[in-house]
Amino acid sequence: MARKAFPSPLPGVFYRAPAPDKPPFKSEGDAVAAGDAVGLIEVMKIFTPVLAEEGGRLVKFLVENEDAVMAGQPLYELDR
Amino acid sequence: MKHVDPALMSISKILIANRGEIAVRIIRAARELGLATAQVFSEADRDMLALKLADEAIEIGPAQATKSYLSGEAILRAAAAVGADAIHPGYGFLSENADFAASVEGAGLTFIGPGANVIRQMGDKARAREAAAAAGVPTVPGSQGRLTDFNHALALGRRIGFPLMIKPSAGGGGRGIRVAEDADALVNLLPAAAAEAKAAFGDGGLYLERFIARARHVEVQILGDGEDAIHLYERDCSLQRRRQKVWEEAPATMLPADIRERLCAAAVRLARAVAYRGAGTVEYLYDDETGEFFFIEMNTRIQVEHPITEMVTGVDLVCAMIRIAAGEKLRIRQDEVALKGHAIECRINAEDPARQFMPAPGVVTALRVPAAPGVRFDTMLYPGCVVPPFYDSLLGKLIVWDETRAAALARLGRALGELKIGGIPTTIPLHAALVRDADVAAARFHTRWLETWLAANPLVETALP
Repeated sequence: MARKAFPSPLPGVFYRAPAPDKPPFKSEGDAVAAGDAVGLIEVMKIFTPVLAEEGGRLVKFLVENEDAVMAGQPLYELDR
Repeated sequence: MKHVDPALMSISKILIANRGEIAVRIIRAARELGLATAQVFSEADRDMLALKLADEAIEIGPAQATKSYLSGEAILRAAAAVGADAIHPGYGFLSENADFAASVEGAGLTFIGPGANVIRQMGDKARAREAAAAAGVPTVPGSQGRLTDFNHALALGRRIGFPLMIKPSAGGGGRGIRVAEDADALVNLLPAAAAEAKAAFGDGGLYLERFIARARHVEVQILGDGEDAIHLYERDCSLQRRRQKVWEEAPATMLPADIRERLCAAAVRLARAVAYRGAGTVEYLYDDETGEFFFIEMNTRIQVEHPITEMVTGVDLVCAMIRIAAGEKLRIRQDEVALKGHAIECRINAEDPARQFMPAPGVVTALRVPAAPGVRFDTMLYPGCVVPPFYDSLLGKLIVWDETRAAALARLGRALGELKIGGIPTTIPLHAALVRDADVAAARFHTRWLETWLAANPLVETALP
Protein backbone atom coordinates (compact mmCIF):
# COMPACT_ATOMS: atom_id res chain seq x y z
CA MET A 1 0.00 0.00 0.00
CA ALA A 2 1.22 3.40 -0.90
CA ARG A 3 -0.34 6.67 0.04
CA LYS A 4 -0.76 9.29 -2.68
CA ALA A 5 -2.23 12.80 -2.75
CA PHE A 6 -4.30 13.98 -5.71
CA PRO A 7 -4.31 17.58 -6.94
CA SER A 8 -7.22 19.87 -7.78
CA PRO A 9 -7.67 20.05 -11.55
CA LEU A 10 -8.91 23.65 -11.35
CA PRO A 11 -8.75 26.71 -9.13
CA GLY A 12 -11.97 27.55 -7.30
CA VAL A 13 -14.09 26.50 -4.33
CA PHE A 14 -14.11 22.83 -3.29
CA TYR A 15 -17.31 21.10 -2.21
CA ARG A 16 -17.58 17.61 -0.72
CA ALA A 17 -21.27 17.13 -1.55
CA PRO A 18 -23.34 17.59 -4.74
CA ALA A 19 -25.59 20.08 -2.92
CA PRO A 20 -25.65 21.63 0.57
CA ASP A 21 -28.52 19.37 1.66
CA LYS A 22 -27.05 16.19 0.17
CA PRO A 23 -24.65 13.68 1.76
CA PRO A 24 -20.99 13.94 0.75
CA PHE A 25 -19.76 12.08 -2.35
CA LYS A 26 -17.21 10.20 -0.22
CA SER A 27 -16.27 10.03 3.43
CA GLU A 28 -12.87 9.32 4.88
CA GLY A 29 -12.36 5.54 4.95
CA ASP A 30 -14.58 4.91 1.89
CA ALA A 31 -13.49 2.75 -1.02
CA VAL A 32 -13.00 4.78 -4.20
CA ALA A 33 -12.98 3.47 -7.79
CA ALA A 34 -11.23 5.33 -10.60
CA GLY A 35 -13.80 7.72 -12.09
CA ASP A 36 -15.85 8.11 -8.90
CA ALA A 37 -16.79 11.67 -7.99
CA VAL A 38 -15.06 12.73 -4.78
CA GLY A 39 -16.02 16.41 -4.85
CA LEU A 40 -16.99 19.44 -6.90
CA ILE A 41 -14.98 22.50 -7.88
CA GLU A 42 -16.83 25.73 -8.53
CA VAL A 43 -15.02 27.97 -10.99
CA MET A 44 -16.78 31.17 -11.98
CA LYS A 45 -20.17 29.72 -11.04
CA ILE A 46 -19.58 26.59 -13.14
CA PHE A 47 -19.45 23.30 -11.19
CA THR A 48 -17.04 20.62 -12.36
CA PRO A 49 -16.88 17.19 -10.70
CA VAL A 50 -13.57 16.08 -9.23
CA LEU A 51 -13.18 12.47 -10.43
CA ALA A 52 -10.82 10.01 -8.78
CA GLU A 53 -7.83 9.39 -11.04
CA GLU A 54 -7.17 6.00 -9.42
CA GLY A 55 -8.95 3.55 -7.15
CA GLY A 56 -8.14 2.93 -3.48
CA ARG A 57 -9.29 3.83 -0.01
CA LEU A 58 -9.87 7.48 0.79
CA VAL A 59 -7.60 8.20 3.77
CA LYS A 60 -8.40 11.84 4.23
CA PHE A 61 -9.35 15.13 2.69
CA LEU A 62 -6.59 17.74 2.76
CA VAL A 63 -8.98 20.68 2.39
CA GLU A 64 -12.25 21.58 4.09
CA ASN A 65 -15.63 21.73 2.44
CA GLU A 66 -16.03 25.18 0.76
CA ASP A 67 -12.30 25.92 0.96
CA ALA A 68 -10.80 28.07 -1.77
CA VAL A 69 -8.24 25.95 -3.61
CA MET A 70 -5.57 26.55 -6.24
CA ALA A 71 -5.10 24.40 -9.33
CA GLY A 72 -2.62 21.67 -8.39
CA GLN A 73 -3.28 21.95 -4.67
CA PRO A 74 -3.60 18.45 -3.08
CA LEU A 75 -7.26 17.71 -2.29
CA TYR A 76 -7.31 14.18 -0.85
CA GLU A 77 -5.13 11.13 -0.16
CA LEU A 78 -5.72 7.54 -1.24
CA ASP A 79 -4.16 4.32 -0.01
CA ARG A 80 -3.85 2.08 -3.03
CA MET B 1 -17.17 67.84 -10.66
CA LYS B 2 -20.89 68.16 -11.33
CA HIS B 3 -23.10 70.53 -9.39
CA VAL B 4 -24.52 68.85 -6.29
CA ASP B 5 -28.23 69.30 -5.81
CA PRO B 6 -29.61 70.12 -2.37
CA ALA B 7 -31.84 67.06 -2.75
CA LEU B 8 -28.75 64.88 -2.77
CA MET B 9 -27.77 66.05 0.66
CA SER B 10 -29.62 63.06 2.13
CA ILE B 11 -26.72 60.90 0.92
CA SER B 12 -23.06 61.72 1.38
CA LYS B 13 -21.18 58.40 1.23
CA ILE B 14 -22.11 55.31 -0.73
CA LEU B 15 -20.88 51.84 0.20
CA ILE B 16 -20.51 49.78 -2.98
CA ALA B 17 -21.59 46.23 -2.08
CA ASN B 18 -20.37 44.61 -5.26
CA ARG B 19 -17.20 44.04 -7.29
CA GLY B 20 -15.91 43.90 -10.85
CA GLU B 21 -17.00 46.24 -13.60
CA ILE B 22 -20.27 47.33 -11.99
CA ALA B 23 -18.43 48.54 -8.87
CA VAL B 24 -16.26 50.70 -11.14
CA ARG B 25 -19.37 51.99 -12.93
CA ILE B 26 -21.06 52.95 -9.63
CA ILE B 27 -17.95 54.71 -8.30
CA ARG B 28 -17.79 56.80 -11.46
CA ALA B 29 -21.43 57.83 -11.13
CA ALA B 30 -21.09 58.64 -7.43
CA ARG B 31 -17.98 60.74 -8.03
CA GLU B 32 -19.70 62.77 -10.74
CA LEU B 33 -22.50 63.47 -8.26
CA GLY B 34 -19.97 64.68 -5.68
CA LEU B 35 -20.52 61.75 -3.34
CA ALA B 36 -17.86 59.86 -1.38
CA THR B 37 -17.40 56.17 -2.10
CA ALA B 38 -16.36 53.22 0.04
CA GLN B 39 -15.65 49.95 -1.74
CA VAL B 40 -15.98 46.54 -0.11
CA PHE B 41 -13.67 43.70 -1.13
CA SER B 42 -12.95 40.06 -0.36
CA GLU B 43 -9.55 38.51 0.27
CA ALA B 44 -9.44 37.48 -3.41
CA ASP B 45 -10.05 41.04 -4.62
CA ARG B 46 -7.30 42.99 -2.85
CA ASP B 47 -5.97 44.36 -6.14
CA MET B 48 -9.21 45.02 -7.96
CA LEU B 49 -9.65 48.22 -9.95
CA ALA B 50 -12.58 49.55 -7.91
CA LEU B 51 -10.31 49.78 -4.84
CA LYS B 52 -7.95 52.05 -6.72
CA LEU B 53 -10.80 54.36 -7.74
CA ALA B 54 -12.87 54.53 -4.55
CA ASP B 55 -12.19 57.05 -1.79
CA GLU B 56 -11.76 54.24 0.73
CA ALA B 57 -11.93 50.46 0.87
CA ILE B 58 -12.89 47.91 3.48
CA GLU B 59 -12.24 44.16 3.52
CA ILE B 60 -15.33 42.11 4.33
CA GLY B 61 -14.27 38.48 4.31
CA PRO B 62 -12.79 35.49 2.52
CA ALA B 63 -12.87 34.77 -1.19
CA GLN B 64 -16.08 32.70 -1.13
CA ALA B 65 -18.97 34.99 -2.01
CA THR B 66 -21.22 33.44 0.65
CA LYS B 67 -18.78 34.73 3.27
CA SER B 68 -18.20 38.16 1.72
CA TYR B 69 -20.30 39.73 -1.04
CA LEU B 70 -23.35 37.61 -0.14
CA SER B 71 -23.05 38.24 3.60
CA GLY B 72 -25.55 40.94 4.52
CA GLU B 73 -24.08 41.12 8.01
CA ALA B 74 -20.56 41.71 6.71
CA ILE B 75 -21.82 44.42 4.36
CA LEU B 76 -23.78 46.19 7.11
CA ARG B 77 -20.79 46.03 9.46
CA ALA B 78 -18.66 47.58 6.72
CA ALA B 79 -21.21 50.35 6.14
CA ALA B 80 -21.18 51.20 9.85
CA ALA B 81 -17.38 51.08 10.02
CA VAL B 82 -16.90 53.57 7.18
CA GLY B 83 -19.88 55.73 8.09
CA ALA B 84 -21.71 55.20 4.80
CA ASP B 85 -25.29 56.44 4.63
CA ALA B 86 -26.28 54.53 1.49
CA ILE B 87 -25.58 51.14 -0.05
CA HIS B 88 -25.53 50.40 -3.77
CA PRO B 89 -25.94 46.65 -4.36
CA GLY B 90 -25.10 46.61 -8.11
CA TYR B 91 -26.44 43.47 -9.82
CA GLY B 92 -26.31 39.85 -8.65
CA PHE B 93 -25.17 39.16 -5.05
CA LEU B 94 -27.60 40.91 -2.66
CA SER B 95 -29.20 43.23 -5.20
CA GLU B 96 -32.56 41.42 -5.26
CA ASN B 97 -32.53 40.13 -1.70
CA ALA B 98 -35.56 41.66 -0.01
CA ASP B 99 -34.36 40.75 3.49
CA PHE B 100 -31.08 42.53 2.86
CA ALA B 101 -32.84 45.63 1.55
CA ALA B 102 -35.06 45.58 4.65
CA SER B 103 -32.06 45.29 6.98
CA VAL B 104 -30.37 48.21 5.21
CA GLU B 105 -33.50 50.28 5.74
CA GLY B 106 -33.73 48.98 9.30
CA ALA B 107 -30.20 50.19 9.98
CA GLY B 108 -31.30 53.68 8.96
CA LEU B 109 -29.38 53.61 5.67
CA THR B 110 -30.58 54.24 2.14
CA PHE B 111 -30.82 51.18 -0.10
CA ILE B 112 -30.19 52.35 -3.68
CA GLY B 113 -33.06 50.49 -5.30
CA PRO B 114 -36.75 49.87 -4.69
CA GLY B 115 -38.21 49.16 -1.27
CA ALA B 116 -37.90 45.68 0.24
CA ASN B 117 -41.64 45.06 -0.26
CA VAL B 118 -41.41 45.65 -4.02
CA ILE B 119 -38.32 43.43 -4.30
CA ARG B 120 -40.20 40.71 -2.42
CA GLN B 121 -43.31 41.03 -4.54
CA MET B 122 -41.43 40.91 -7.84
CA GLY B 123 -39.16 38.11 -6.64
CA ASP B 124 -42.18 35.84 -6.12
CA LYS B 125 -43.11 34.51 -9.56
CA ALA B 126 -46.80 34.03 -8.85
CA ARG B 127 -47.20 37.42 -7.13
CA ALA B 128 -45.27 39.18 -9.90
CA ARG B 129 -47.51 37.56 -12.50
CA GLU B 130 -50.59 38.63 -10.56
CA ALA B 131 -49.31 42.20 -10.32
CA ALA B 132 -48.60 42.22 -14.06
CA ALA B 133 -52.03 40.86 -14.93
CA ALA B 134 -53.70 43.37 -12.59
CA ALA B 135 -51.82 46.19 -14.34
CA GLY B 136 -53.05 44.96 -17.71
CA VAL B 137 -49.69 43.52 -18.74
CA PRO B 138 -50.13 40.38 -20.87
CA THR B 139 -48.88 37.17 -19.23
CA VAL B 140 -48.26 33.86 -20.98
CA PRO B 141 -51.73 32.35 -21.59
CA GLY B 142 -52.34 29.34 -19.39
CA SER B 143 -54.79 27.58 -17.12
CA GLN B 144 -55.33 29.51 -13.92
CA GLY B 145 -55.44 26.42 -11.77
CA ARG B 146 -54.78 22.71 -12.06
CA LEU B 147 -56.45 20.46 -14.61
CA THR B 148 -59.38 18.36 -13.42
CA ASP B 149 -60.00 15.87 -16.27
CA PHE B 150 -59.42 15.24 -20.00
CA ASN B 151 -62.41 17.29 -21.15
CA HIS B 152 -61.39 20.19 -18.97
CA ALA B 153 -57.82 19.95 -20.30
CA LEU B 154 -58.99 19.81 -23.91
CA ALA B 155 -61.29 22.79 -23.56
CA LEU B 156 -58.53 24.79 -21.90
CA GLY B 157 -55.99 23.64 -24.49
CA ARG B 158 -58.15 24.89 -27.35
CA ARG B 159 -58.63 28.23 -25.62
CA ILE B 160 -54.90 28.70 -24.84
CA GLY B 161 -53.76 27.51 -28.27
CA PHE B 162 -51.27 24.85 -29.39
CA PRO B 163 -48.45 24.04 -29.04
CA LEU B 164 -48.64 24.22 -25.27
CA MET B 165 -46.65 23.06 -22.28
CA ILE B 166 -47.94 20.63 -19.68
CA LYS B 167 -46.32 21.65 -16.39
CA PRO B 168 -46.36 20.04 -12.96
CA SER B 169 -48.04 22.35 -10.40
CA ALA B 170 -45.45 21.41 -7.79
CA GLY B 171 -42.46 21.48 -10.15
CA GLY B 172 -39.70 23.95 -10.70
CA GLY B 173 -36.54 24.58 -12.68
CA GLY B 174 -38.03 23.27 -15.90
CA ARG B 175 -38.42 19.70 -14.62
CA GLY B 176 -41.20 17.46 -15.88
CA ILE B 177 -42.38 19.78 -18.65
CA ARG B 178 -43.93 18.22 -21.78
CA VAL B 179 -44.83 19.96 -25.03
CA ALA B 180 -48.11 19.01 -26.76
CA GLU B 181 -48.28 19.97 -30.43
CA ASP B 182 -52.03 19.45 -30.75
CA ALA B 183 -55.15 18.15 -28.98
CA ASP B 184 -54.36 14.49 -29.69
CA ALA B 185 -50.86 14.86 -28.24
CA LEU B 186 -52.34 16.56 -25.18
CA VAL B 187 -54.64 13.61 -24.49
CA ASN B 188 -51.80 11.15 -25.05
CA LEU B 189 -49.30 12.96 -22.85
CA LEU B 190 -51.49 13.78 -19.85
CA PRO B 191 -51.51 10.38 -18.07
CA ALA B 192 -47.72 9.97 -18.11
CA ALA B 193 -47.24 13.62 -17.15
CA ALA B 194 -49.53 13.18 -14.14
CA ALA B 195 -47.82 9.94 -13.08
CA GLU B 196 -44.37 11.46 -13.39
CA ALA B 197 -45.37 14.59 -11.51
CA LYS B 198 -46.79 12.41 -8.72
CA ALA B 199 -43.56 10.39 -8.57
CA ALA B 200 -41.21 13.38 -8.77
CA PHE B 201 -43.05 15.92 -6.61
CA GLY B 202 -45.55 13.84 -4.66
CA ASP B 203 -48.32 15.78 -6.41
CA GLY B 204 -49.82 14.79 -9.75
CA GLY B 205 -51.34 18.24 -10.37
CA LEU B 206 -50.77 19.72 -13.84
CA TYR B 207 -51.41 23.02 -15.54
CA LEU B 208 -51.13 24.24 -19.11
CA GLU B 209 -49.20 27.16 -20.57
CA ARG B 210 -48.71 28.35 -24.16
CA PHE B 211 -45.43 27.11 -25.64
CA ILE B 212 -43.64 29.83 -27.57
CA ALA B 213 -40.99 28.04 -29.58
CA ARG B 214 -39.24 30.98 -31.18
CA ALA B 215 -39.50 33.89 -28.85
CA ARG B 216 -37.29 36.89 -28.49
CA HIS B 217 -36.29 38.20 -25.10
CA VAL B 218 -37.32 41.84 -25.14
CA GLU B 219 -37.08 43.95 -21.98
CA VAL B 220 -38.08 47.49 -21.11
CA GLN B 221 -35.95 49.82 -18.99
CA ILE B 222 -37.91 51.64 -16.31
CA LEU B 223 -37.11 54.55 -14.02
CA GLY B 224 -39.51 55.34 -11.20
CA ASP B 225 -39.42 57.78 -8.30
CA GLY B 226 -42.10 56.10 -6.17
CA GLU B 227 -44.85 58.24 -7.66
CA ASP B 228 -44.25 58.53 -11.36
CA ALA B 229 -42.49 56.12 -13.71
CA ILE B 230 -41.16 56.38 -17.25
CA HIS B 231 -39.68 53.91 -19.72
CA LEU B 232 -36.44 54.31 -21.65
CA TYR B 233 -37.45 51.97 -24.45
CA GLU B 234 -36.46 48.38 -24.93
CA ARG B 235 -33.54 46.02 -25.43
CA ASP B 236 -33.40 42.79 -27.44
CA CYS B 237 -31.42 40.24 -25.41
CA SER B 238 -32.26 37.16 -27.47
CA LEU B 239 -28.69 36.00 -28.03
CA GLN B 240 -28.25 33.71 -25.04
CA ARG B 241 -26.26 30.64 -24.11
CA ARG B 242 -27.60 28.49 -21.27
CA ARG B 243 -30.07 31.27 -20.46
CA GLN B 244 -27.21 33.72 -20.01
CA LYS B 245 -27.28 36.82 -22.17
CA VAL B 246 -24.28 37.09 -24.47
CA TRP B 247 -25.10 40.03 -26.76
CA GLU B 248 -27.73 42.75 -26.33
CA GLU B 249 -29.10 45.50 -28.54
CA ALA B 250 -31.16 48.63 -28.15
CA PRO B 251 -33.66 49.17 -29.59
CA ALA B 252 -35.28 45.89 -30.72
CA THR B 253 -35.33 46.83 -34.41
CA MET B 254 -37.90 44.27 -35.51
CA LEU B 255 -40.63 45.64 -33.22
CA PRO B 256 -43.37 47.44 -35.15
CA ALA B 257 -43.84 50.96 -33.76
CA ASP B 258 -47.33 50.28 -32.39
CA ILE B 259 -46.19 47.15 -30.56
CA ARG B 260 -43.17 49.00 -29.13
CA GLU B 261 -45.53 51.64 -27.74
CA ARG B 262 -47.81 49.03 -26.16
CA LEU B 263 -44.94 46.99 -24.73
CA CYS B 264 -43.31 50.04 -23.16
CA ALA B 265 -46.62 51.47 -21.91
CA ALA B 266 -47.45 48.13 -20.24
CA ALA B 267 -44.09 48.18 -18.43
CA VAL B 268 -44.80 51.70 -17.17
CA ARG B 269 -48.25 50.61 -15.95
CA LEU B 270 -46.68 47.82 -13.92
CA ALA B 271 -44.01 50.14 -12.49
CA ARG B 272 -46.64 52.69 -11.49
CA ALA B 273 -48.90 50.00 -10.02
CA VAL B 274 -46.17 48.96 -7.58
CA ALA B 275 -44.99 52.57 -6.98
CA TYR B 276 -41.59 51.57 -8.33
CA ARG B 277 -38.55 53.51 -7.15
CA GLY B 278 -35.20 53.33 -8.95
CA ALA B 279 -34.06 51.57 -12.10
CA GLY B 280 -35.81 48.36 -13.07
CA THR B 281 -36.46 46.13 -16.04
CA VAL B 282 -39.65 44.48 -17.21
CA GLU B 283 -38.83 41.36 -19.21
CA TYR B 284 -41.03 39.92 -21.95
CA LEU B 285 -41.13 37.06 -24.38
CA TYR B 286 -41.95 38.45 -27.81
CA ASP B 287 -43.39 36.23 -30.52
CA ASP B 288 -42.20 37.53 -33.92
CA GLU B 289 -44.80 35.54 -35.79
CA THR B 290 -47.89 36.72 -33.96
CA GLY B 291 -46.62 40.06 -32.64
CA GLU B 292 -47.72 39.02 -29.13
CA PHE B 293 -45.70 39.81 -26.02
CA PHE B 294 -45.91 38.23 -22.58
CA PHE B 295 -44.56 39.31 -19.19
CA ILE B 296 -41.81 37.04 -17.78
CA GLU B 297 -40.52 38.91 -14.74
CA MET B 298 -39.34 42.23 -13.40
CA ASN B 299 -35.75 42.74 -12.32
CA THR B 300 -35.55 45.22 -9.47
CA ARG B 301 -31.97 46.39 -9.98
CA ILE B 302 -29.57 47.85 -12.52
CA GLN B 303 -28.92 45.37 -15.33
CA VAL B 304 -25.58 44.32 -16.80
CA GLU B 305 -26.72 45.60 -20.20
CA HIS B 306 -27.89 49.04 -19.01
CA PRO B 307 -25.21 50.89 -21.06
CA ILE B 308 -26.92 50.26 -24.41
CA THR B 309 -29.98 52.10 -23.11
CA GLU B 310 -27.72 54.92 -21.93
CA MET B 311 -26.21 55.08 -25.42
CA VAL B 312 -29.55 55.39 -27.26
CA THR B 313 -31.28 57.71 -24.77
CA GLY B 314 -28.42 59.77 -23.34
CA VAL B 315 -29.71 59.11 -19.80
CA ASP B 316 -27.14 58.06 -17.18
CA LEU B 317 -29.09 55.30 -15.45
CA VAL B 318 -26.70 54.76 -12.54
CA CYS B 319 -26.66 58.48 -11.69
CA ALA B 320 -30.44 58.51 -12.05
CA MET B 321 -30.96 55.66 -9.57
CA ILE B 322 -28.68 57.33 -7.03
CA ARG B 323 -30.52 60.65 -7.38
CA ILE B 324 -33.86 58.89 -6.92
CA ALA B 325 -32.61 57.03 -3.84
CA ALA B 326 -31.53 60.38 -2.44
CA GLY B 327 -35.10 61.62 -2.75
CA GLU B 328 -35.12 63.39 -6.10
CA LYS B 329 -38.08 63.17 -8.42
CA LEU B 330 -37.62 62.07 -12.04
CA ARG B 331 -35.68 64.73 -13.93
CA ILE B 332 -37.19 63.97 -17.33
CA ARG B 333 -40.72 63.45 -18.56
CA GLN B 334 -41.67 60.60 -20.83
CA ASP B 335 -41.98 62.89 -23.84
CA GLU B 336 -38.40 64.05 -23.28
CA VAL B 337 -37.00 60.53 -23.66
CA ALA B 338 -35.84 60.29 -27.26
CA LEU B 339 -34.48 57.20 -28.91
CA LYS B 340 -31.48 57.89 -31.13
CA GLY B 341 -29.46 55.43 -33.20
CA HIS B 342 -28.60 51.86 -32.30
CA ALA B 343 -26.38 50.32 -29.62
CA ILE B 344 -24.96 46.81 -29.19
CA GLU B 345 -23.24 45.28 -26.18
CA CYS B 346 -20.98 42.22 -26.26
CA ARG B 347 -20.25 40.51 -22.96
CA ILE B 348 -16.56 39.68 -22.89
CA ASN B 349 -16.21 36.70 -20.56
CA ALA B 350 -13.22 34.77 -19.25
CA GLU B 351 -14.38 31.62 -21.00
CA ASP B 352 -12.81 29.57 -23.76
CA PRO B 353 -15.23 29.36 -26.71
CA ALA B 354 -13.10 26.58 -28.24
CA ARG B 355 -13.56 24.41 -25.10
CA GLN B 356 -17.29 24.49 -24.37
CA PHE B 357 -16.90 27.92 -22.78
CA MET B 358 -14.81 26.53 -19.93
CA PRO B 359 -14.22 29.26 -17.35
CA ALA B 360 -10.69 30.61 -17.54
CA PRO B 361 -9.52 32.68 -14.59
CA GLY B 362 -5.92 33.86 -14.52
CA VAL B 363 -3.69 36.89 -14.98
CA VAL B 364 -4.35 39.47 -17.69
CA THR B 365 -0.90 40.05 -19.16
CA ALA B 366 -1.83 42.71 -21.71
CA LEU B 367 -4.78 44.91 -22.57
CA ARG B 368 -5.59 47.01 -25.64
CA VAL B 369 -8.89 48.86 -25.49
CA PRO B 370 -10.67 50.22 -28.58
CA ALA B 371 -11.82 53.85 -28.68
CA ALA B 372 -13.12 56.57 -31.06
CA PRO B 373 -16.69 57.92 -31.17
CA GLY B 374 -19.48 55.53 -30.28
CA VAL B 375 -17.24 52.99 -28.52
CA ARG B 376 -17.32 52.28 -24.79
CA PHE B 377 -15.65 49.51 -22.80
CA ASP B 378 -16.93 49.03 -19.24
CA THR B 379 -14.38 46.85 -17.47
CA MET B 380 -12.38 46.24 -14.31
CA LEU B 381 -9.35 44.96 -16.21
CA TYR B 382 -5.90 46.51 -16.23
CA PRO B 383 -2.63 44.98 -17.44
CA GLY B 384 -1.36 42.62 -14.76
CA CYS B 385 -4.65 42.28 -12.93
CA VAL B 386 -5.78 38.92 -11.56
CA VAL B 387 -9.15 37.44 -12.55
CA PRO B 388 -10.03 35.24 -9.57
CA PRO B 389 -11.93 31.95 -10.00
CA PHE B 390 -14.53 32.73 -7.35
CA TYR B 391 -16.97 35.03 -9.12
CA ASP B 392 -18.71 35.29 -12.46
CA SER B 393 -16.70 35.34 -15.65
CA LEU B 394 -17.64 38.80 -16.95
CA LEU B 395 -14.46 40.75 -17.80
CA GLY B 396 -16.00 43.69 -19.52
CA LYS B 397 -18.71 44.91 -21.83
CA LEU B 398 -17.86 46.26 -25.25
CA ILE B 399 -20.57 48.72 -26.21
CA VAL B 400 -20.89 50.48 -29.55
CA TRP B 401 -23.33 53.07 -30.82
CA ASP B 402 -23.99 54.35 -34.31
CA GLU B 403 -26.80 56.00 -36.23
CA THR B 404 -28.13 52.74 -37.69
CA ARG B 405 -27.93 49.07 -36.77
CA ALA B 406 -25.83 48.30 -39.86
CA ALA B 407 -23.37 51.04 -38.97
CA ALA B 408 -23.25 49.84 -35.35
CA LEU B 409 -22.42 46.31 -36.52
CA ALA B 410 -19.58 47.63 -38.69
CA ARG B 411 -18.27 49.68 -35.78
CA LEU B 412 -18.54 46.67 -33.50
CA GLY B 413 -16.48 44.58 -35.92
CA ARG B 414 -13.82 47.27 -35.98
CA ALA B 415 -13.77 47.63 -32.19
CA LEU B 416 -13.62 43.86 -31.60
CA GLY B 417 -10.60 43.75 -33.90
CA GLU B 418 -8.85 46.32 -31.72
CA LEU B 419 -9.73 44.77 -28.37
CA LYS B 420 -6.95 42.52 -27.10
CA ILE B 421 -6.91 40.79 -23.73
CA GLY B 422 -3.70 38.85 -23.17
CA GLY B 423 -3.05 35.90 -20.88
CA ILE B 424 -6.48 34.27 -20.65
CA PRO B 425 -8.96 33.01 -23.25
CA THR B 426 -12.03 35.19 -23.75
CA THR B 427 -15.27 35.22 -25.72
CA ILE B 428 -13.95 37.86 -28.15
CA PRO B 429 -13.70 35.23 -30.97
CA LEU B 430 -17.37 34.33 -30.48
CA HIS B 431 -18.43 37.94 -30.93
CA ALA B 432 -16.12 38.41 -33.92
CA ALA B 433 -17.81 35.40 -35.58
CA LEU B 434 -21.31 36.65 -34.71
CA VAL B 435 -20.63 40.05 -36.26
CA ARG B 436 -19.91 38.31 -39.58
CA ASP B 437 -23.02 36.10 -39.49
CA ALA B 438 -25.82 36.70 -42.00
CA ASP B 439 -28.64 35.98 -39.52
CA VAL B 440 -27.12 38.38 -36.99
CA ALA B 441 -26.75 41.00 -39.73
CA ALA B 442 -30.48 40.61 -40.43
CA ALA B 443 -31.38 40.47 -36.68
CA ARG B 444 -32.98 37.09 -37.38
CA PHE B 445 -32.66 35.32 -34.05
CA HIS B 446 -34.56 34.05 -31.00
CA THR B 447 -33.58 32.87 -27.54
CA ARG B 448 -32.45 29.43 -28.72
CA TRP B 449 -30.79 30.58 -31.92
CA LEU B 450 -27.29 30.94 -30.49
CA GLU B 451 -27.09 27.40 -29.08
CA THR B 452 -28.16 25.96 -32.43
CA TRP B 453 -25.68 28.23 -34.20
CA LEU B 454 -22.85 27.15 -31.86
CA ALA B 455 -23.59 23.49 -32.57
CA ALA B 456 -23.29 24.20 -36.31
CA ASN B 457 -20.40 26.65 -36.10
CA PRO B 458 -17.91 25.37 -33.53
CA LEU B 459 -15.27 27.92 -32.71
CA VAL B 460 -11.79 26.62 -33.37
CA GLU B 461 -8.80 26.97 -31.13
CA THR B 462 -7.04 30.31 -31.23
CA ALA B 463 -3.59 30.94 -29.86
CA LEU B 464 -3.51 32.98 -26.67
CA PRO B 465 -2.52 36.51 -27.56
